[in-house]
Amino acid sequence: MIRRTIRFLDQRSGSAPLLKKALRYVFPDHWSFLLGEVALYAFVVLVATGVYLTFFFEPSTAKTVYHGSYAPLRGMEMSRAYASVVHLSFDVKAGLLIRQTHHWAADVFVAAIVLHLIRVFFTGAYRKPRELTYLIGVAMLFAVLLEGYLGYSLIDDLLSGMGLAIGYGVALSIPFVGANLALLIWGHPFPGDPAFWSRMYIGHVLILPLLIGGLLSAHLALVSSRHHTQFKPKRIDGERKVTGIPTFPGQLPRSLGLMIAVAGVLVLLGGLVQINPIWLWGPYHVYDGTNGAQPDWYLGWLIGALRLVPHFDVVVWNRTLVPNPFWGGILFPLVVMATLMAWPWLERRATGDRRAHNVLDRPRDAPVRTGVGAGFLTWVAMIFMAGSADRVLVFLGISYVSQLWFYRVAVWIAPIAVGVVAWRLCLGLKGMEEVQAEQEAAVRSARLE
Amino acid sequence: MRTRAKLKFALLAALGFLRGAGRRRKREPIVEAEGGDPRAELVVALLLLAAAACALMFVVVYALDWPKLTQWLGLCLGACLLLIAAALIYAGESFVPTEQLEEDYPPLEHPEEQLEIAQIGSESVRGFSRRRLLLGAAGAAGAALGAALVVPAASLGPFLDTESFYYSPWRRDRRLVDEDGKPYRAAEIEYETFYTAFPEGAYREELAAPLVVVRINPAELDLPPGRQNWAPEGILAYSKICTHAGCAIALYRKPRFPQAEPGPALVCPCHYSTFNPADGGTVIFGPAGRDLPQLPLLVDSAGELRAGGDFSGPVGPSFWGVRTRRPTA
Repeated sequence: MIRRTIRFLDQRSGSAPLLKKALRYVFPDHWSFLLGEVALYAFVVLVATGVYLTFFFEPSTAKTVYHGSYAPLRGMEMSRAYASVVHLSFDVKAGLLIRQTHHWAADVFVAAIVLHLIRVFFTGAYRKPRELTYLIGVAMLFAVLLEGYLGYSLIDDLLSGMGLAIGYGVALSIPFVGANLALLIWGHPFPGDPAFWSRMYIGHVLILPLLIGGLLSAHLALVSSRHHTQFKPKRIDGERKVTGIPTFPGQLPRSLGLMIAVAGVLVLLGGLVQINPIWLWGPYHVYDGTNGAQPDWYLGWLIGALRLVPHFDVVVWNRTLVPNPFWGGILFPLVVMATLMAWPWLERRATGDRRAHNVLDRPRDAPVRTGVGAGFLTWVAMIFMAGSADRVLVFLGISYVSQLWFYRVAVWIAPIAVGVVAWRLCLGLKGMEEVQAEQEAAVRSARLE
Repeated sequence: MRTRAKLKFALLAALGFLRGAGRRRKREPIVEAEGGDPRAELVVALLLLAAAACALMFVVVYALDWPKLTQWLGLCLGACLLLIAAALIYAGESFVPTEQLEEDYPPLEHPEEQLEIAQIGSESVRGFSRRRLLLGAAGAAGAALGAALVVPAASLGPFLDTESFYYSPWRRDRRLVDEDGKPYRAAEIEYETFYTAFPEGAYREELAAPLVVVRINPAELDLPPGRQNWAPEGILAYSKICTHAGCAIALYRKPRFPQAEPGPALVCPCHYSTFNPADGGTVIFGPAGRDLPQLPLLVDSAGELRAGGDFSGPVGPSFWGVRTRRPTA
């Protein structure tokens, strides 16, 4: 039976050699290689749950009066978009489970991508011949951030409306063309034309998922065509030969197991841990706001950046050249993205290393890279933390203004300090290893004598 | 018993003969399989059966519409998935063969093919005599087509017409009403709290509509020149939309601790832009780059609040021409 199926398929597709190669593709083993896989599986969960959500969601700003089973909102006027999500949450069996699983999956998706990026950076996995794989990965991260932002903006609850208002302010802040660009996107000054909802919706459920799926396919195709990197194997030349467990049978139960485990954890979170209870926020109106408004975690670094900038617009001859949100909302993420994307070539220029690498570095093997990376990470992390100063004010009572002044200084000093410490630590670890190796060599030669 | 075993053997032999198994040549093994592990296999089977039970439970919970449905559904499906995952991973660690293979990395490059590709390219165009002209014409066609295909995107918005950014529904004598449409009376505006007001009879879901109204002791006011009579009885109205990123100002900081916080301030909860209502809405902290637009107020003969004109400047976030003129109805 199995033989016959294989024969049928081979005769009609000619894929037996390819399939055989795929089955015996070698996966090197290390726990940190699973982070990218977790991201992939979170994406699978996102697509599956997202498709289900589209069966219920109405991307419309048309007004309706709520008559569902959630009493506090009954009789209130709201958009059909918001009403349909409240309906999905209370009156569709399993609706809330799928919605919360979708939201959790998005948060885990971005977290896994970021951790994967950190792993790739500190092990030098982006070096030749894998720069393209890396560039596509970074591009994917930013596409995913936009996708997540659109996702929670669609609901039209109070928080999503506040987020959209900020997005609008940031779009307006682009020098020269911001106002025109915002008109193109929104169709009308904020809150925009009703068609804006159709635009967001198709962006969230078709355009960006296709883009992410396409980038993802290219990412995986490049990974497999160049084969995985590996940490230095013991007996063989790791630059020429890769060692590990083949796709089938060895890797299959592990990978499949990881996928189903990721899905299981996300469903458990979706069922048991509440996330974004939109019925508590209420419908959005341009004149409503709430204290303690925080976006999903992966936008925290942008909130922090927007808050840190002191109050000024760059004005020349009464023309507002650079409105304030540009610095934190546009320039900062662009600098982060450009630095990440340029890094493989910056490093190459600095070290003069143009060889291809299949063996990964440990962080200590490249002290300067580790130092710079740790500093950069600290920079972004400090700005991220500045975004939560209002919560610290509420919970710990530390003055918001003094916290901001602390961060305004610390975001520049802490990265340098952390970077230097990381660099010295790497040098120390490497030195220790060298001393140990020398001692062992001395002991061995003493024995020989 | 013995006869049954013999019979079984004979049957199998006959089957094998019929299928021609005897003719097959023995192949080299590909997978380095170790011996089985009956105990581990039993554990995996039990895990899978438990997963099946959880999935069935999910169906039952769904069908019976239990109380706490979301939690029970999540628990059943999550447990089912985690049990399957545990079975797979345990199988992978115990009895599924996990040989360590070695494989050559693919060659970094294929110099011969590289040369051939370049050769194919150059030989294909060798016979063309007007290569430059063709290239230029093709470039022109491509660029023009690209432009033509991009142009319909301009229909997405008014694009060049930024007039709508200066629109405001406020005009002289328009009454200030609350969320229920009831006009505000000057006498009901109290100190140390704030009110949200809308233009009577106008659409509310646009940035220029909502106001925040506060009352400050006239002796403490320090309004810019030209705004001396904008705040009758110390009642001030400002746009409710923050000039930083367009959120609604939702906090009024009252000076409960005079030493630390020198005066009342309007605060936007998004990025904590802080405006001083006593001196015309100047920014005292946070990222906003422009003062909060102020609306002149009047108190009519009935004691009700009315607009005394339009805002001191356009409302909402800054853009290229935001400082060039005042808004108009």
